[in-house]
Amino acid sequence: MDFKADHFALFSMNRAFRLDLSDLDSRYRDIQAQVHPDRFVNAGEAARRLSMQQATHANEAYLTLKKPLKRATYLLQLSGHDIQAESNTAMPAEFLIEQMEWREAVMEARQGGDHHELEHLHNRLRADINSRYEELGELLDASGDFVSATDRVRRLLFLEKLLHEIDDALASLEE
Amino acid sequence: MALFQIAEPGEAPAPHEHKLAVGIDLGTTNSLVATVRSGIAICLSDDQGRPLLPSVVRYHADGSTDVGYGAQTRQAVDPKNTIVSVKRFMGRGLKDISHVESMPYEFIEAPGMVKVKTLAGIKSPVEVSAEILKNLRDRAEAALGGELVGAVITVPAYFDDAQRQATKDAARLAGLNVLRLLNEPTAAAIAYGLDNSAEGVYAVYDLGGGTFDISILKLTKGVFEVMSTGGDSALGGDDFDHRIFCWVIEQGKLQPLSAQDARLLMMRCREAKEFLTNNPEAPISANLSTGEIVDLKLDVATFASIAQTLISKTLQPVKKALRDAGLRVEEIKGVVMVGGATRMPQVQKAVGDFFRQEPLTNLDPDKVVALGAATQANLLVGNKTGKDDWLLLDVIPLSLGLEMMGGLTEKVIPRNSTIPTARAQEFTTFKDGQTAMAIHVVQGERELVSDCRSLARFDLRGIPPMVAGAARIRVTFQVDADGLLSVSAREQTTGIESSVVVKPSYGLSDDEIAGMLKDSMTHAKDDAINRALKEAQVEAQRMLEATESALKEDPHLLNEAEAAKIVATIEKLRLAIAGDNRRVINLAMDDLGFETQEFAHRRMNQSVNRALAGRNVADIKIGEEA
Repeated sequence: MDFKADHFALFSMNRAFRLDLSDLDSRYRDIQAQVHPDRFVNAGEAARRLSMQQATHANEAYLTLKKPLKRATYLLQLSGHDIQAESNTAMPAEFLIEQMEWREAVMEARQGGDHHELEHLHNRLRADINSRYEELGELLDASGDFVSATDRVRRLLFLEKLLHEIDDALASLEE
Repeated sequence: MALFQIAEPGEAPAPHEHKLAVGIDLGTTNSLVATVRSGIAICLSDDQGRPLLPSVVRYHADGSTDVGYGAQTRQAVDPKNTIVSVKRFMGRGLKDISHVESMPYEFIEAPGMVKVKTLAGIKSPVEVSAEILKNLRDRAEAALGGELVGAVITVPAYFDDAQRQATKDAARLAGLNVLRLLNEPTAAAIAYGLDNSAEGVYAVYDLGGGTFDISILKLTKGVFEVMSTGGDSALGGDDFDHRIFCWVIEQGKLQPLSAQDARLLMMRCREAKEFLTNNPEAPISANLSTGEIVDLKLDVATFASIAQTLISKTLQPVKKALRDAGLRVEEIKGVVMVGGATRMPQVQKAVGDFFRQEPLTNLDPDKVVALGAATQANLLVGNKTGKDDWLLLDVIPLSLGLEMMGGLTEKVIPRNSTIPTARAQEFTTFKDGQTAMAIHVVQGERELVSDCRSLARFDLRGIPPMVAGAARIRVTFQVDADGLLSVSAREQTTGIESSVVVKPSYGLSDDEIAGMLKDSMTHAKDDAINRALKEAQVEAQRMLEATESALKEDPHLLNEAEAAKIVATIEKLRLAIAGDNRRVINLAMDDLGFETQEFAHRRMNQSVNRALAGRNVADIKIGEEA
C-alpha cells in the first residue's frame, strides 16, 4: 500500500465528487481483505504492525470518501482550496438569518417535546442538504468551480451540524 | 535439549497442520469453550457432558479453588468466598457496581478496579476470571489432546477499554494466547451468518446475565460489518432475578437477610424466572435461617409487570443503535437473539413487537456466542478451507476523547468508528512559557469529563518555553483490532514525544501480572501450566549461562558478526525468561540452539584437537573403543 497516494488512488477510483458508493464499498472491502490484522494473526511483529497501519489507513480513506461532506472537503484540499472551517466563519447575512430561524424552530420543538415536528424538520433539512450536494457535484465535477464549491461546502458544514443537533434532540426526547 | 513441537503464531508450522484454537464465551453467568472440528463448530463439554461452566469461583483457605458447578451448588453455604457474576466487576470501581448492598462480598476499593477479600486472600476480578478461563483451557486441551495455539475471547460490544483490558489480562494470566477480543453480538452473527448464509442488515439482541448489547450488522459477500452498537453494561438477566427477589421480600415482608439467605433466595428467584419460560406459574419457597418460611407463587402476569421496565430499558439502546446506523426498523432483515435471558417469552415478544418480526432463535442462545468465537478463532489461526473465508470489520463502541479546559470532553475518535483506527488532533499551550501539558484520556459520550470514564492520565514534558498558543501538540489515538487504545503526544516544532498504552488506571501492569502468576504458583502447586513455565525458565537460564561462559572462554572461535548474532539471541532469551510465556521461552531457546550450532561444533573440534595434542593414534583408538 502506498501511504502517500491520495485516497482516490488508493481505491483506484477517479478523483470526483460523484462517486459510485457501492463500488467504493466493494473496493474498500477488497483492500481490507488483504491488509486487515485478522489476516496477520500468525505473522511476525513487524508484519502485524504494518497490517494495523494499512488497515487504519484504509479505514481513514474509506471514511473520507464515503461521507459527501468529507469527500468534498478532501477534493477541495487536493486542489489547493482550504475551506477554513475553523479560522473563517464569516457567512452572508441572509444565510445566517436562515440558520437562526432553523435553530429557533428546533429549540421550540425540543422544548415542547414535539417529536413529530422534529422529525418533520429533520426530513426537510435532509432534503435541502441532498439538493445542495447535487449542486456541489455540478460545481466540482462538471464546471470545476472550486471557489463556489468552497462556499457551498462551508454552508453545508453548518447544515450538517444542524441536522446532527436535530438528531440529538430526537434522541434526548426518546430517552 | 528437548525439542518442542509448538508453533507460536508468527512462526509458520507445516501448512497442512490443523492448529488447535478455541473460542471462549466468558459470560457473566456461564462460560463456554468451543472449537471447530471437521469443519463444524461444537461446544466442548466437561467430563460429565455439560457444555456450560457456571462462572462461579469458590476460594478455599489453602488457596485452592472450585470452579463451575461445584462452586455453584455450594454458593449458599459459603457466599463470601464464592464469587458469582465476576464479569460485572471487570475493570470497574466500587461505585460502578449496582446492587453492592445485596452482595455478600467484602469489597476492597483498589485503584481502578475493585477487589474482593476471600479466605485465600484478596482477589481481583481479573484473577477470578482467570480461574474460569484456566478451567476452560484445561478442558479444551484435554479434549483436543494438545496445547492451544490461541483463543478468541468474547466481550460485550459495549465493554469499554478498561473492561477489555481486564479481560485480556485475565486470559494472559490463564496462560492463553489471545488471538482476538471479539464482540459477543458479532460472534453470534458469525455463528448465524455462516449457518444461514444470510445477506442484509441484522440486529443482534444480546441479553446476557449481566450485560445488554445491541449491535446492527451488515452482512455482504463474506464481510461482517458492524454498523453500530450500543447497550447497557449493567443490565442483564440477573436484574430480573433481582426484581423478583425484591418482589419476594416485599410480598413476604421479610426482615433484612443474611448473606446466606439472600443467596438462597436469589437462587430460588432465578429458578422461578426460568420455570416461567414454559409454565404459567412458578412456586418460590425457601426456609430461611431466621425461621421465616417463604412460600409464594409468581404468575406470568405478575412477572411480566415486574419485567416490563427492564425490558423497555433495553429498547432505548436499540433505538439509539438504529439511529447511529442511519436505519429504520423496517430495514432490519432479521433479529438474532443471544443470551439465556432471551428465553423469556416476555423479552421475545417485546423484541418481536419492536422489530415487527419473529426474532431468530434456532441456535441455542447460550451457545451461539462461543460457537461464533470458535469459528473466528479457526479462521484466525489459518485453519481455513477455500470457501470458509470472511472478513470482520468491527467498531469501537464508545467515543474516545480528551479533557479540555473547563472539564469538557473533546472527542477524538467517535463511537462506531471501524477499527483499527487512528486519529490525531492538535492542541496548544494556553500559558506563556508552559513546558508541560497534562493529557487526560476519557471514554464515553457525555460532554463533561466527570460523566465519562477516565482511562489514563499522562504528561507531555519538556516543551520548550514559548508564548501561549505557539506550541503545536499533536495527540494521536490508535485503536487496534481488539479495540484497545494507545495514545501518544508529540510537540511538533521540537519532536518531544510521550506515549502510553492505555491501561494504567483500570488495567494491570506487567509487574502485577507477574506477581499474580507467582502467587498462583505458590498457591496452586499442582498447576501444571505454571510449573512448566518455571521449568522452562530454569532450563532457559541454564542454557543462557552455559552459552555466556562459552563466549567468554572461546571468543576467538567466532568472527564479530557471528558473536553479535549470538549475543542478540541471548538477549532475546533473557527477555523471554523475564516474561510469562513458556512458548516464547521455548522458541527463544530453539533460536539460541540454532545460532550456537556452529559455535558448538567449533568448540567440539577445538577440544578434540586439544585432546589429541601430544597423543598418538593408538591412544585414540583405545579411547574410541572404551
